[in-house]
Amino acid sequence: MPTPLVELRNLSKRFGGVQAVDDVSLDLYPGEVVGLLGHNGAGKSTLIKMLAGAYPCDSGEILINGDKVTIETPRDARHHGIETIYQTLALADNLDAPANLFLGRELKTPLGLLDDGAMEHEARVVLQRLNPNFKNIKDPVKNLSGGQRQSVAIARAILFNAKILIMDEPTAALGPQETAMVAELIQQLKREGIGIFLISHDLHDVFDLSDRVSVMKNGRLVGTRDTSKVTKDEVLGMIILGKLPEEETAEELAELH
Amino acid sequence: MSSDAEAGKLESEAPKLAGLRLGPVDAFSRLTGLDTRLLAMLAALVVIWIVLDFLAGGIFLTPRNLFNLAVQGSAVGIMATGMVLVIVARHIDLSVGSVLGFVGMFIAFLQVQVLPLGADWNWPLTIAAGLALGALVGLWQGLWVAYGGVPAFVVTLGGLLIFRGAAFEITDGRTVAPLDPVYQLLGGGADGSIGATASWAVGLVAVAAVAFFSIKARGKRARYGFPVKPLWAEVAMICAWSALIIGFVMVMNAYTKPRSDIPRGIPVPVLILLAVVIVMTFVTRFTTFGRYVFAMGGNPEAAALSGINVKRTTVMIFVVMGILSAVAAVVTTARLNAGTNSMGTLAELNVIAAAVIGGTSLAGGIGTIPGAILGAVIMQSLDNGMVLLGVSSSLRSIVIGLVLIAAVWFDVVYNRNRR
Repeated sequence: MPTPLVELRNLSKRFGGVQAVDDVSLDLYPGEVVGLLGHNGAGKSTLIKMLAGAYPCDSGEILINGDKVTIETPRDARHHGIETIYQTLALADNLDAPANLFLGRELKTPLGLLDDGAMEHEARVVLQRLNPNFKNIKDPVKNLSGGQRQSVAIARAILFNAKILIMDEPTAALGPQETAMVAELIQQLKREGIGIFLISHDLHDVFDLSDRVSVMKNGRLVGTRDTSKVTKDEVLGMIILGKLPEEETAEELAELH
Repeated sequence: MSSDAEAGKLESEAPKLAGLRLGPVDAFSRLTGLDTRLLAMLAALVVIWIVLDFLAGGIFLTPRNLFNLAVQGSAVGIMATGMVLVIVARHIDLSVGSVLGFVGMFIAFLQVQVLPLGADWNWPLTIAAGLALGALVGLWQGLWVAYGGVPAFVVTLGGLLIFRGAAFEITDGRTVAPLDPVYQLLGGGADGSIGATASWAVGLVAVAAVAFFSIKARGKRARYGFPVKPLWAEVAMICAWSALIIGFVMVMNAYTKPRSDIPRGIPVPVLILLAVVIVMTFVTRFTTFGRYVFAMGGNPEAAALSGINVKRTTVMIFVVMGILSAVAAVVTTARLNAGTNSMGTLAELNVIAAAVIGGTSLAGGIGTIPGAILGAVIMQSLDNGMVLLGVSSSLRSIVIGLVLIAAVWFDVVYNRNRR
């Protein structure tokens, strides 16, 4: 067994009186896609935001390539090669695509000033690869279509040689063609050895893309299973009933439909 | 440099981009790089000037009045460039008028009653001290906003009272005068302008700079193989800017000193304003700080998730605003040749109005420095024109108040239509 790319050990997070994440452990191997499933409010996003540095964790530890690391800010996460594509995309709508791609790590001239030419050049190259129809690169991203905005968010994540990619509801706002594009991209990134967490509340979105699925309910991890060894119904049972496939009864599964 | 053939190919791309079902105004704005809102404000300024000149019987659009208008508007213009950053980052600063009064009183008091008046080093030292005080005031307010979590509206509303009171406390309300004669030149009085020759030199350098930077930017885009504007549009923009600069120099030179034919030329406070505009434009366009301010205004959450230190950037915005208020305090005290505790009263409204009229959106994320200057010119023109027309100060404040509401309403409607 190789060393996991990421190991989350016993992570917990509490907001006021709500235990958002309760003692959750997960791992992710290079070139693997792990689907993280659960209802809205199951704690998926909170868990992943701790890995992305958006929230500090209350307890537990994070290991990258077997080494314990401290991730307290988004900058720390990026430093460890963790890139996140948020459901909201987290784009500054008033800025153009190059400014968004390089936000927080701008390319600079020798004098320390913004090198907009170099940034636009890099942006054109990467966006052309992702989305050949992308032309209006200098427009504020608020003027772009949903698919183009998604391209910008994805490009930002892969531009800096990410090792670990977190995608929160990556296809929720996309049409079929763009969804296919994202699926293809995920396959390509897998081949490059990048580990990917796919987060979704809808198992149909991620079942076919994932090597393993982990299910959360009420802040706790229900369980993790190889996608090849479970049926969609069994996973649905995990999401809704919060029980492992072997604990689910035929009647319970039948009631899901 | 790219070959001509390559440039030709790129040029043919641009009209295609511009021709994508755009109306004539949009197409024009894309070619010139001026946004439609700025164009509307430019048109409004022209209308205001013509109407005021007509109503005032031809005494509005005279070299004398335009010279005075430029001098009077400098302080507001200087502060408006900082207010652009503040508003772009979704904050507000209601204290700038009071900070101007406080720092101005401090400078005057230091110059006249603490340090020996007449010493060569007196006025430069007091300016340095004033700028430092402005920065400290900005730091104080910025820390409350960024780390204290108190909304800028409240912090600076408090600042409005605190610093107006502090301005009074320095001398118990007594006016401090006269100031150093050299210092007075910074205010643009009778001798406070640079004369015809120097004005032409400044104008020509400005024209050369506009041409140089336009061509340089174009060359860079062409080198990367990016689409560029058609050449005629580029040349037309350079010509328009040159005409504006040369026209301004001619008007300033056409106003002569009292009882003589000696042209005054560009007033010193306007030069200070120009320097501020250049620095602030540079900051907003070419530094990470400027980029982060706009990113924070566009989407604060995204800015934080991108690893931007939002709190530190917020503090810096208020420090910049404090320093610019101090610069405005220098210009104002030098012009008055005195420090009075009521200096800058209600200036915050003119400054905010200038920024908003100039296209700074109160929703955050949008605004330009040249736009704010245009806004300041519009505000000052209205104020100055109404004085010429003999409108009472009470009525003037009613009009300015209405203009402020109308400007923000325009912002709201404009943004609604953009969605």
